[in-house]
Amino acid sequence: MPLRVSPIPTLEPVVRLQRVTKRFAGGTEALAGLDLAVAPGQLLALLGPSGCGKSTALRLMAGLAEPTTGSVERNIPAPHAVGFVFQEPTLMPWATVEDNVALPLKLLGLPRAEARRRVGERLKRLGLDGFARAYPRELSGGMKMRVSIARALAAQPRLLLLDEPFAALDEITRWRLNDELLDLWRAENLAIVFVTHSVYESAYLATRIAVLSARPGRIVGEIAVDAPAPRGPDYRGSEDYLRTCRTVSESLAKALGES
Amino acid sequence: MRRTLANLLPPAFVVILALAAWEALVRLRHIPEYLLPGPLRIAAALRDDWPVLFPALLQTLAITGEALLAAAVLGAGLAVLLIQAKWIERSLFPFAVILQVTPLVAIAPLLLIWVKDVRLALVLCAFLVAFFPVAANTTLGLQSADHHLLDLMRLYGSSRWKVLRFIRLPSALPYFLGGLRISGGLALIGAVVAEFVAGTGGAASGLAYRILEAGYTLAIPRMFAALTLLAGSGVLLYALLSGVSYFALRRWHESAVRRESAQTSEEQYRSGL
Repeated sequence: MPLRVSPIPTLEPVVRLQRVTKRFAGGTEALAGLDLAVAPGQLLALLGPSGCGKSTALRLMAGLAEPTTGSVERNIPAPHAVGFVFQEPTLMPWATVEDNVALPLKLLGLPRAEARRRVGERLKRLGLDGFARAYPRELSGGMKMRVSIARALAAQPRLLLLDEPFAALDEITRWRLNDELLDLWRAENLAIVFVTHSVYESAYLATRIAVLSARPGRIVGEIAVDAPAPRGPDYRGSEDYLRTCRTVSESLAKALGES
Repeated sequence: MRRTLANLLPPAFVVILALAAWEALVRLRHIPEYLLPGPLRIAAALRDDWPVLFPALLQTLAITGEALLAAAVLGAGLAVLLIQAKWIERSLFPFAVILQVTPLVAIAPLLLIWVKDVRLALVLCAFLVAFFPVAANTTLGLQSADHHLLDLMRLYGSSRWKVLRFIRLPSALPYFLGGLRISGGLALIGAVVAEFVAGTGGAASGLAYRILEAGYTLAIPRMFAALTLLAGSGVLLYALLSGVSYFALRRWHESAVRRESAQTSEEQYRSGL
Protein backbone atom coordinates (compact mmCIF):
# COMPACT_ATOMS: atom_id res chain seq x y z
CA MET A 1 0.00 0.00 0.00
CA PRO A 2 1.69 3.21 -1.06
CA LEU A 3 -0.90 5.40 0.65
CA ARG A 4 -2.12 5.58 4.15
CA VAL A 5 -4.15 8.10 6.03
CA SER A 6 -2.61 10.96 7.96
CA PRO A 7 0.27 9.75 10.12
CA ILE A 8 0.66 11.56 13.42
CA PRO A 9 4.01 13.37 13.42
CA THR A 10 6.06 12.00 16.27
CA LEU A 11 8.72 14.72 16.32
CA GLU A 12 8.11 18.17 17.77
CA PRO A 13 6.58 20.10 14.84
CA VAL A 14 8.52 22.96 13.25
CA VAL A 15 5.36 24.98 13.01
CA ARG A 16 1.91 24.26 14.37
CA LEU A 17 -1.36 26.03 13.60
CA GLN A 18 -4.19 25.39 16.03
CA ARG A 19 -7.81 26.32 15.37
CA VAL A 20 -6.63 29.25 13.33
CA THR A 21 -9.14 31.62 11.80
CA LYS A 22 -8.26 34.67 9.78
CA ARG A 23 -10.67 37.43 8.93
CA PHE A 24 -9.48 40.42 6.93
CA ALA A 25 -10.40 44.01 7.64
CA GLY A 26 -12.88 43.98 4.76
CA GLY A 27 -14.80 41.12 6.42
CA THR A 28 -13.49 38.36 4.15
CA GLU A 29 -13.03 35.17 6.06
CA ALA A 30 -9.94 33.46 4.64
CA LEU A 31 -9.48 30.61 7.11
CA ALA A 32 -11.92 28.92 9.44
CA GLY A 33 -10.51 26.56 12.03
CA LEU A 34 -7.26 25.44 10.44
CA ASP A 35 -5.29 22.77 12.29
CA LEU A 36 -1.95 21.89 10.83
CA ALA A 37 1.43 20.76 12.10
CA VAL A 38 4.59 20.45 10.06
CA ALA A 39 7.15 17.92 11.27
CA PRO A 40 10.89 18.46 10.75
CA GLY A 41 12.00 17.15 7.39
CA GLN A 42 8.45 16.96 6.08
CA LEU A 43 7.57 18.17 2.60
CA LEU A 44 4.00 19.32 2.92
CA ALA A 45 1.86 20.49 0.03
CA LEU A 46 -1.08 22.78 0.72
CA LEU A 47 -3.47 22.05 -2.10
CA GLY A 48 -6.70 23.83 -2.75
CA PRO A 49 -8.79 25.86 -5.17
CA SER A 50 -7.86 29.46 -5.96
CA GLY A 51 -8.64 31.88 -3.17
CA CYS A 52 -9.05 29.23 -0.48
CA GLY A 53 -6.67 30.90 1.92
CA LYS A 54 -3.59 28.77 1.14
CA SER A 55 -1.34 31.80 0.83
CA THR A 56 -2.82 33.28 3.99
CA ALA A 57 -1.97 30.08 5.86
CA LEU A 58 1.59 30.35 4.57
CA ARG A 59 1.91 33.98 5.66
CA LEU A 60 0.66 33.00 9.12
CA MET A 61 3.32 30.29 9.33
CA ALA A 62 5.98 32.84 8.35
CA GLY A 63 4.78 35.33 10.92
CA LEU A 64 3.95 37.85 8.20
CA ALA A 65 0.35 37.93 9.43
CA GLU A 66 -1.36 37.35 12.74
CA PRO A 67 -4.31 34.98 13.16
CA THR A 68 -7.65 36.51 14.15
CA THR A 69 -8.19 33.65 16.59
CA GLY A 70 -6.24 30.49 17.32
CA SER A 71 -2.51 30.11 17.69
CA VAL A 72 0.57 29.78 15.54
CA GLU A 73 3.64 28.26 17.19
CA ARG A 74 6.99 28.30 15.51
CA ASN A 75 9.52 26.00 17.03
CA ILE A 76 12.59 27.44 15.37
CA PRO A 77 15.09 30.06 16.41
CA ALA A 78 13.30 33.12 15.05
CA PRO A 79 13.41 34.96 12.77
CA HIS A 80 16.07 33.88 10.31
CA ALA A 81 15.15 30.24 10.27
CA VAL A 82 12.21 30.75 7.91
CA GLY A 83 12.84 31.01 4.19
CA PHE A 84 10.06 32.35 1.99
CA VAL A 85 9.65 32.11 -1.77
CA PHE A 86 6.91 34.28 -3.22
CA GLN A 87 4.73 33.68 -6.24
CA GLU A 88 6.90 36.05 -8.24
CA PRO A 89 10.68 35.91 -7.91
CA THR A 90 10.58 39.29 -6.07
CA LEU A 91 14.22 40.14 -6.66
CA MET A 92 15.76 43.57 -6.20
CA PRO A 93 16.14 44.72 -9.81
CA TRP A 94 18.97 47.10 -8.91
CA ALA A 95 21.15 44.40 -7.41
CA THR A 96 23.14 41.59 -9.02
CA VAL A 97 22.20 37.94 -8.51
CA GLU A 98 24.98 37.69 -5.94
CA ASP A 99 23.78 40.71 -3.96
CA ASN A 100 20.19 39.49 -4.10
CA VAL A 101 21.14 36.15 -2.60
CA ALA A 102 23.36 37.86 -0.03
CA LEU A 103 20.56 40.10 1.26
CA PRO A 104 19.39 37.87 4.14
CA LEU A 105 22.98 37.37 5.27
CA LYS A 106 23.61 41.12 5.15
CA LEU A 107 20.45 41.71 7.17
CA LEU A 108 21.56 39.18 9.76
CA GLY A 109 24.90 40.91 10.00
CA LEU A 110 27.17 38.13 8.77
CA PRO A 111 30.80 39.08 8.07
CA ARG A 112 31.28 39.95 4.41
CA ALA A 113 33.74 37.17 3.63
CA GLU A 114 31.58 34.52 5.23
CA ALA A 115 28.50 35.80 3.38
CA ARG A 116 30.40 35.74 0.10
CA ARG A 117 31.47 32.16 0.64
CA ARG A 118 27.96 31.00 1.46
CA VAL A 119 26.44 32.84 -1.48
CA GLY A 120 28.98 31.23 -3.78
CA GLU A 121 28.00 27.79 -2.51
CA ARG A 122 24.31 28.54 -2.94
CA LEU A 123 24.73 29.76 -6.48
CA LYS A 124 26.74 26.70 -7.38
CA ARG A 125 24.15 24.33 -5.98
CA LEU A 126 21.39 25.98 -8.01
CA GLY A 127 23.40 26.10 -11.23
CA LEU A 128 23.76 29.86 -11.06
CA ASP A 129 27.53 30.19 -10.65
CA GLY A 130 28.00 31.84 -14.04
CA PHE A 131 25.43 34.50 -13.22
CA ALA A 132 26.70 36.03 -10.00
CA ARG A 133 27.21 39.43 -11.63
CA ALA A 134 24.08 39.37 -13.81
CA TYR A 135 21.08 41.57 -13.08
CA PRO A 136 17.63 40.00 -12.64
CA ARG A 137 16.30 41.56 -15.83
CA GLU A 138 18.85 39.59 -17.82
CA LEU A 139 17.47 36.30 -16.49
CA SER A 140 14.60 34.11 -17.66
CA GLY A 141 11.66 33.31 -15.40
CA GLY A 142 13.11 29.97 -14.33
CA MET A 143 16.50 31.46 -13.51
CA LYS A 144 14.91 34.25 -11.49
CA MET A 145 13.00 31.67 -9.50
CA ARG A 146 16.27 29.81 -8.83
CA VAL A 147 17.77 33.03 -7.50
CA SER A 148 14.72 33.54 -5.33
CA ILE A 149 15.10 30.02 -3.90
CA ALA A 150 18.82 30.54 -3.39
CA ARG A 151 18.04 33.71 -1.44
CA ALA A 152 15.44 31.95 0.71
CA LEU A 153 17.99 29.28 1.57
CA ALA A 154 20.93 31.62 2.08
CA ALA A 155 20.45 31.91 5.83
CA GLN A 156 20.12 28.13 6.18
CA PRO A 157 16.51 28.04 7.34
CA ARG A 158 14.94 24.97 8.88
CA LEU A 159 11.58 25.82 7.37
CA LEU A 160 11.12 26.83 3.75
CA LEU A 161 7.76 28.21 2.64
CA LEU A 162 6.90 28.46 -1.03
CA ASP A 163 3.80 30.22 -2.33
CA GLU A 164 2.93 28.73 -5.74
CA PRO A 165 6.51 29.37 -6.80
CA PHE A 166 6.41 27.70 -10.19
CA ALA A 167 2.90 28.66 -11.30
CA ALA A 168 4.10 31.12 -13.93
CA LEU A 169 6.74 28.87 -15.50
CA ASP A 170 6.55 26.62 -18.52
CA GLU A 171 6.16 22.92 -17.85
CA ILE A 172 9.71 21.82 -18.66
CA THR A 173 11.24 24.48 -16.42
CA ARG A 174 8.69 23.67 -13.79
CA TRP A 175 9.60 19.98 -13.78
CA ARG A 176 13.26 20.77 -13.62
CA LEU A 177 12.73 23.09 -10.67
CA ASN A 178 10.57 20.43 -8.99
CA ASP A 179 13.51 18.04 -9.19
CA GLU A 180 15.93 20.68 -7.96
CA LEU A 181 13.66 21.39 -5.02
CA LEU A 182 13.60 17.69 -4.16
CA ASP A 183 17.40 17.60 -4.33
CA LEU A 184 17.65 20.56 -1.97
CA TRP A 185 15.16 19.05 0.41
CA ARG A 186 17.10 15.77 0.55
CA ALA A 187 20.40 17.54 1.03
CA GLU A 188 19.44 20.01 3.72
CA ASN A 189 17.29 18.54 6.48
CA LEU A 190 14.57 21.06 5.70
CA ALA A 191 10.88 21.16 6.38
CA ILE A 192 9.14 22.51 3.30
CA VAL A 193 5.60 23.78 2.95
CA PHE A 194 4.54 24.71 -0.51
CA VAL A 195 1.26 26.03 -1.73
CA THR A 196 -0.01 24.82 -5.07
CA HIS A 197 -3.20 24.33 -7.00
CA SER A 198 -1.68 21.56 -9.10
CA VAL A 199 -2.62 18.01 -8.17
CA TYR A 200 0.31 16.66 -10.20
CA GLU A 201 2.87 18.90 -8.61
CA SER A 202 1.70 18.08 -5.10
CA ALA A 203 1.69 14.34 -5.83
CA TYR A 204 5.17 14.50 -7.29
CA LEU A 205 6.83 16.54 -4.56
CA ALA A 206 5.10 16.08 -1.27
CA THR A 207 5.49 13.54 1.49
CA ARG A 208 2.17 14.78 2.80
CA ILE A 209 -0.66 16.63 1.09
CA ALA A 210 -3.19 18.73 2.96
CA VAL A 211 -6.30 19.51 0.91
CA LEU A 212 -8.06 22.76 1.73
CA SER A 213 -11.73 23.56 1.12
CA ALA A 214 -12.85 26.63 -0.77
CA ARG A 215 -12.99 29.84 1.26
CA PRO A 216 -13.05 29.97 4.19
CA GLY A 217 -10.29 27.40 4.08
CA ARG A 218 -9.90 24.48 6.40
CA ILE A 219 -8.31 21.06 5.97
CA VAL A 220 -10.73 18.58 4.45
CA GLY A 221 -8.33 15.79 3.64
CA GLU A 222 -4.79 14.70 4.32
CA ILE A 223 -2.87 12.24 2.21
CA ALA A 224 0.50 10.79 3.05
CA VAL A 225 2.61 9.95 0.02
CA ASP A 226 5.02 7.15 0.79
CA ALA A 227 6.73 6.88 -2.57
CA PRO A 228 10.44 6.50 -1.91
CA ALA A 229 13.16 9.02 -2.62
CA PRO A 230 14.73 9.67 -5.00
CA ARG A 231 11.73 10.55 -7.07
CA GLY A 232 12.72 11.34 -10.60
CA PRO A 233 11.42 11.22 -14.16
CA ASP A 234 10.67 7.51 -13.72
CA TYR A 235 8.38 8.27 -10.85
CA ARG A 236 6.29 10.53 -13.07
CA GLY A 237 5.29 7.53 -15.16
CA SER A 238 4.85 5.06 -12.31
CA GLU A 239 1.69 3.38 -11.08
CA ASP A 240 2.31 4.78 -7.62
CA TYR A 241 2.37 8.32 -8.92
CA LEU A 242 -0.79 7.92 -10.96
CA ARG A 243 -2.60 6.34 -8.06
CA THR A 244 -1.57 9.20 -5.77
CA CYS A 245 -2.77 11.71 -8.36
CA ARG A 246 -6.14 9.97 -8.50
CA THR A 247 -6.53 9.91 -4.71
CA VAL A 248 -5.56 13.56 -4.46
CA SER A 249 -7.92 14.54 -7.30
CA GLU A 250 -10.80 12.78 -5.61
CA SER A 251 -10.05 14.50 -2.33
CA LEU A 252 -9.89 17.86 -4.05
CA ALA A 253 -13.15 17.22 -5.89
CA LYS A 254 -14.76 16.37 -2.59
CA ALA A 255 -13.36 19.60 -1.10
CA LEU A 256 -14.95 21.61 -3.89
CA GLY A 257 -18.21 19.68 -3.66
CA GLU A 258 -18.56 20.31 0.03
CA SER A 259 -18.41 24.06 -0.13
CA MET B 1 28.95 55.81 -35.00
CA ARG B 2 27.17 55.73 -38.33
CA ARG B 3 23.89 55.24 -36.46
CA THR B 4 24.39 58.29 -34.23
CA LEU B 5 25.19 60.34 -37.32
CA ALA B 6 22.05 59.06 -39.03
CA ASN B 7 20.10 59.93 -35.90
CA LEU B 8 21.52 63.43 -35.64
CA LEU B 9 21.42 64.42 -39.27
CA PRO B 10 17.67 64.98 -39.77
CA PRO B 11 17.11 67.18 -36.69
CA ALA B 12 20.27 69.19 -37.45
CA PHE B 13 19.03 69.71 -40.99
CA VAL B 14 15.62 70.88 -39.77
CA VAL B 15 17.18 73.35 -37.32
CA ILE B 16 19.45 74.82 -40.02
CA LEU B 17 16.50 75.07 -42.38
CA ALA B 18 14.42 76.90 -39.77
CA LEU B 19 17.26 79.34 -39.02
CA ALA B 20 17.76 79.99 -42.74
CA ALA B 21 14.04 80.65 -43.20
CA TRP B 22 14.14 83.10 -40.25
CA GLU B 23 17.16 84.93 -41.70
CA ALA B 24 15.52 85.06 -45.14
CA LEU B 25 12.25 86.38 -43.69
CA VAL B 26 14.01 89.15 -41.78
CA ARG B 27 16.05 90.21 -44.82
CA LEU B 28 13.37 89.98 -47.48
CA ARG B 29 10.67 91.76 -45.45
CA HIS B 30 13.21 94.34 -44.15
CA ILE B 31 12.15 93.73 -40.55
CA PRO B 32 14.00 96.24 -38.34
CA GLU B 33 16.34 94.65 -35.82
CA TYR B 34 14.64 96.33 -32.86
CA LEU B 35 11.57 94.21 -33.70
CA LEU B 36 13.13 90.93 -34.75
CA PRO B 37 16.83 90.47 -35.40
CA GLY B 38 17.94 87.63 -37.67
CA PRO B 39 20.03 84.71 -36.40
CA LEU B 40 23.23 86.13 -37.83
CA ARG B 41 22.71 89.47 -36.08
CA ILE B 42 21.99 87.59 -32.82
CA ALA B 43 25.16 85.57 -33.26
CA ALA B 44 27.10 88.80 -33.74
CA ALA B 45 25.53 90.25 -30.59
CA LEU B 46 26.45 87.08 -28.73
CA ARG B 47 30.07 87.49 -29.82
CA ASP B 48 30.27 91.25 -29.16
CA ASP B 49 28.46 91.18 -25.83
CA TRP B 50 30.14 88.01 -24.57
CA PRO B 51 32.15 89.89 -21.88
CA VAL B 52 28.87 91.18 -20.42
CA LEU B 53 26.69 88.15 -21.03
CA PHE B 54 29.01 85.35 -19.94
CA PRO B 55 29.48 86.53 -16.32
CA ALA B 56 25.72 87.08 -16.16
CA LEU B 57 25.16 83.53 -17.40
CA LEU B 58 27.52 82.14 -14.77
CA GLN B 59 25.69 84.13 -12.12
CA THR B 60 22.30 82.72 -13.15
CA LEU B 61 23.66 79.19 -13.46
CA ALA B 62 25.24 79.39 -10.02
CA ILE B 63 21.90 80.38 -8.51
CA THR B 64 20.18 77.59 -10.47
CA GLY B 65 22.75 75.02 -9.39
CA GLU B 66 22.57 75.94 -5.72
CA ALA B 67 18.78 75.92 -5.78
CA LEU B 68 18.71 72.54 -7.53
CA LEU B 69 21.16 71.04 -5.07
CA ALA B 70 19.08 72.29 -2.15
CA ALA B 71 15.91 70.96 -3.82
CA ALA B 72 17.48 67.54 -4.33
CA VAL B 73 18.74 67.21 -0.76
CA LEU B 74 15.77 68.75 1.04
CA GLY B 75 13.19 67.26 -1.35
CA ALA B 76 14.50 63.73 -0.84
CA GLY B 77 14.86 64.43 2.89
CA LEU B 78 11.26 65.58 3.18
CA ALA B 79 10.10 62.52 1.21
CA VAL B 80 11.85 60.21 3.68
CA LEU B 81 10.24 62.10 6.55
CA LEU B 82 6.78 61.96 4.93
CA ILE B 83 6.71 58.18 4.55
CA GLN B 84 7.52 57.56 8.21
CA ALA B 85 3.88 57.89 9.20
CA LYS B 86 0.58 58.65 7.53
CA TRP B 87 -0.13 61.51 9.95
CA ILE B 88 3.19 63.18 9.10
CA GLU B 89 2.38 62.98 5.42
CA ARG B 90 -1.15 64.28 5.94
CA SER B 91 0.09 67.21 8.03
CA LEU B 92 3.13 68.26 6.00
CA PHE B 93 2.21 67.52 2.41
CA PRO B 94 -0.41 70.33 2.19
CA PHE B 95 2.35 72.85 2.90
CA ALA B 96 4.40 71.52 0.02
CA VAL B 97 1.34 71.71 -2.25
CA ILE B 98 0.51 75.26 -1.16
CA LEU B 99 4.08 76.34 -1.90
CA GLN B 100 3.88 74.63 -5.25
CA VAL B 101 0.60 76.17 -6.42
CA THR B 102 1.36 79.72 -5.27
CA PRO B 103 2.93 81.54 -8.23
CA LEU B 104 6.56 82.42 -7.67
CA VAL B 105 6.11 85.97 -9.02
CA ALA B 106 3.67 86.54 -6.17
CA ILE B 107 6.01 85.32 -3.43
CA ALA B 108 9.29 86.62 -4.82
CA PRO B 109 8.73 90.31 -3.81
CA LEU B 110 7.98 89.20 -0.25
CA LEU B 111 11.05 87.03 -0.10
CA LEU B 112 13.16 89.91 -1.42
CA ILE B 113 11.83 92.09 1.40
CA TRP B 114 12.25 89.45 4.09
CA VAL B 115 15.67 88.21 3.13
CA LYS B 116 18.35 90.87 3.33
CA ASP B 117 20.87 89.09 1.14
CA VAL B 118 19.50 89.44 -2.41
CA ARG B 119 21.50 86.54 -3.75
CA LEU B 120 20.18 84.25 -1.02
CA ALA B 121 16.64 85.43 -1.77
CA LEU B 122 17.12 84.52 -5.44
CA VAL B 123 18.36 81.03 -4.54
CA LEU B 124 15.40 80.65 -2.20
CA CYS B 125 12.95 81.59 -4.97
CA ALA B 126 14.47 79.12 -7.42
CA PHE B 127 14.54 76.48 -4.71
CA LEU B 128 10.84 76.94 -3.97
CA VAL B 129 9.80 75.99 -7.50
CA ALA B 130 12.39 73.23 -7.89
CA PHE B 131 11.60 71.59 -4.57
CA PHE B 132 8.18 70.09 -5.22
CA PRO B 133 8.82 67.71 -8.15
CA VAL B 134 11.71 66.08 -6.26
CA ALA B 135 9.75 65.79 -3.02
CA ALA B 136 6.54 64.50 -4.64
CA ASN B 137 8.29 62.05 -6.96
CA THR B 138 10.59 60.68 -4.30
CA THR B 139 7.66 60.21 -1.92
CA LEU B 140 5.87 58.23 -4.61
CA GLY B 141 9.00 56.18 -5.25
CA LEU B 142 9.57 55.38 -1.59
CA GLN B 143 5.98 54.20 -1.35
CA SER B 144 6.19 52.09 -4.52
CA ALA B 145 8.65 49.58 -3.11
CA ASP B 146 7.65 46.00 -3.94
CA HIS B 147 5.53 44.88 -0.98
CA HIS B 148 6.90 41.35 -1.23
CA LEU B 149 10.39 42.74 -0.74
CA LEU B 150 9.08 44.60 2.29
CA ASP B 151 7.62 41.30 3.56
CA LEU B 152 11.02 39.74 3.10
CA MET B 153 12.59 42.46 5.22
CA ARG B 154 10.03 41.77 7.95
CA LEU B 155 10.85 38.09 7.79
CA TYR B 156 14.43 38.91 8.77
CA GLY B 157 13.32 41.36 11.42
CA SER B 158 14.91 44.35 9.70
CA SER B 159 14.89 47.79 11.23
CA ARG B 160 13.19 50.75 9.59
CA TRP B 161 16.61 52.11 8.64
CA LYS B 162 17.60 48.87 6.91
CA VAL B 163 14.32 48.75 5.01
CA LEU B 164 14.96 52.32 3.88
CA ARG B 165 18.54 51.66 2.88
CA PHE B 166 18.15 48.29 1.22
CA ILE B 167 14.71 48.52 -0.37
CA ARG B 168 12.98 51.90 -0.28
CA LEU B 169 15.82 54.19 -1.38
CA PRO B 170 16.85 52.07 -4.38
CA SER B 171 13.19 51.70 -5.37
CA ALA B 172 12.79 55.47 -5.23
CA LEU B 173 15.93 56.29 -7.23
CA PRO B 174 14.29 56.30 -10.70
CA TYR B 175 11.46 58.48 -9.36
CA PHE B 176 13.90 60.86 -7.68
CA LEU B 177 15.92 61.22 -10.87
CA GLY B 178 12.75 61.81 -12.89
CA GLY B 179 11.76 64.56 -10.46
CA LEU B 180 15.23 66.05 -10.61
CA ARG B 181 15.01 66.34 -14.39
CA ILE B 182 11.85 68.41 -14.08
CA SER B 183 13.31 70.42 -11.22
CA GLY B 184 16.40 71.33 -13.26
CA GLY B 185 14.35 73.30 -15.77
CA LEU B 186 12.16 74.77 -13.05
CA ALA B 187 15.16 75.95 -11.02
CA LEU B 188 16.47 77.84 -14.04
CA ILE B 189 13.06 79.41 -14.66
CA GLY B 190 12.77 80.20 -10.96
CA ALA B 191 16.16 81.89 -10.93
CA VAL B 192 15.25 84.02 -13.96
CA VAL B 193 11.81 84.96 -12.63
CA ALA B 194 13.33 85.95 -9.28
CA GLU B 195 15.95 88.09 -11.02
CA PHE B 196 13.19 89.79 -12.98
CA VAL B 197 11.32 90.60 -9.79
CA ALA B 198 14.50 91.79 -8.10
CA GLY B 199 14.99 93.87 -11.24
CA THR B 200 17.56 96.58 -11.60
CA GLY B 201 17.33 97.24 -7.90
CA GLY B 202 18.99 93.93 -7.24
CA ALA B 203 22.68 93.86 -6.57
CA ALA B 204 22.97 90.62 -8.48
CA SER B 205 23.41 90.79 -12.22
CA GLY B 206 22.24 87.59 -13.80
CA LEU B 207 20.99 87.03 -17.31
CA ALA B 208 17.46 88.21 -16.51
CA TYR B 209 18.87 91.51 -15.39
CA ARG B 210 20.75 91.79 -18.71
CA ILE B 211 17.54 91.02 -20.60
CA LEU B 212 15.65 93.73 -18.72
CA GLU B 213 18.48 96.18 -19.31
CA ALA B 214 18.61 95.34 -23.01
CA GLY B 215 14.85 95.84 -23.19
CA TYR B 216 15.07 99.31 -21.68
CA THR B 217 17.79 100.35 -24.09
CA LEU B 218 16.15 98.65 -27.08
CA ALA B 219 19.25 96.53 -27.59
CA ILE B 220 17.05 93.79 -28.98
CA PRO B 221 19.82 91.64 -30.54
CA ARG B 222 21.55 91.50 -27.16
CA MET B 223 18.25 90.52 -25.58
CA PHE B 224 17.91 87.66 -28.04
CA ALA B 225 21.52 86.66 -27.42
CA ALA B 226 20.78 86.44 -23.69
CA LEU B 227 17.62 84.44 -24.43
CA THR B 228 19.63 82.06 -26.59
CA LEU B 229 22.05 81.51 -23.73
CA LEU B 230 19.18 80.84 -21.34
CA ALA B 231 17.47 78.38 -23.66
CA GLY B 232 20.78 76.68 -24.40
CA SER B 233 21.55 76.35 -20.68
CA GLY B 234 18.11 74.87 -20.08
CA VAL B 235 18.65 72.27 -22.78
CA LEU B 236 22.14 71.45 -21.51
CA LEU B 237 20.91 71.14 -17.94
CA TYR B 238 18.18 68.75 -19.03
CA ALA B 239 20.66 66.72 -21.08
CA LEU B 240 23.05 66.63 -18.14
CA LEU B 241 20.39 65.39 -15.72
CA SER B 242 19.16 62.85 -18.26
CA GLY B 243 22.73 61.64 -18.57
CA VAL B 244 23.04 61.29 -14.80
CA SER B 245 19.76 59.38 -14.76
CA TYR B 246 20.90 57.09 -17.56
CA PHE B 247 24.20 56.30 -15.88
CA ALA B 248 22.62 55.62 -12.51
CA LEU B 249 19.95 53.31 -13.94
CA ARG B 250 21.56 51.77 -17.01
CA ARG B 251 22.13 48.39 -15.40
CA TRP B 252 18.64 47.67 -14.23
CA HIS B 253 15.85 50.14 -14.88
CA GLU B 254 13.55 49.78 -17.88
CA SER B 255 13.92 53.48 -18.69
CA ALA B 256 17.65 53.16 -19.34
CA VAL B 257 18.16 49.59 -20.48
CA ARG B 258 18.98 48.91 -24.09
CA ARG B 259 16.68 46.31 -25.52
CA GLU B 260 18.26 44.91 -28.67
CA SER B 261 21.51 43.78 -27.13
CA ALA B 262 19.78 41.63 -24.53
CA GLN B 263 20.45 37.96 -24.90
CA THR B 264 18.52 36.16 -22.22
CA SER B 265 20.52 34.29 -19.67
CA GLU B 266 18.49 31.14 -20.20
CA GLU B 267 19.98 31.08 -23.70
CA GLN B 268 23.47 31.57 -22.29
CA TYR B 269 22.71 28.93 -19.70
CA ARG B 270 21.52 26.43 -22.30
CA SER B 271 24.42 27.05 -24.62
CA GLY B 272 26.74 26.65 -21.66
CA LEU B 273 25.37 23.23 -20.76
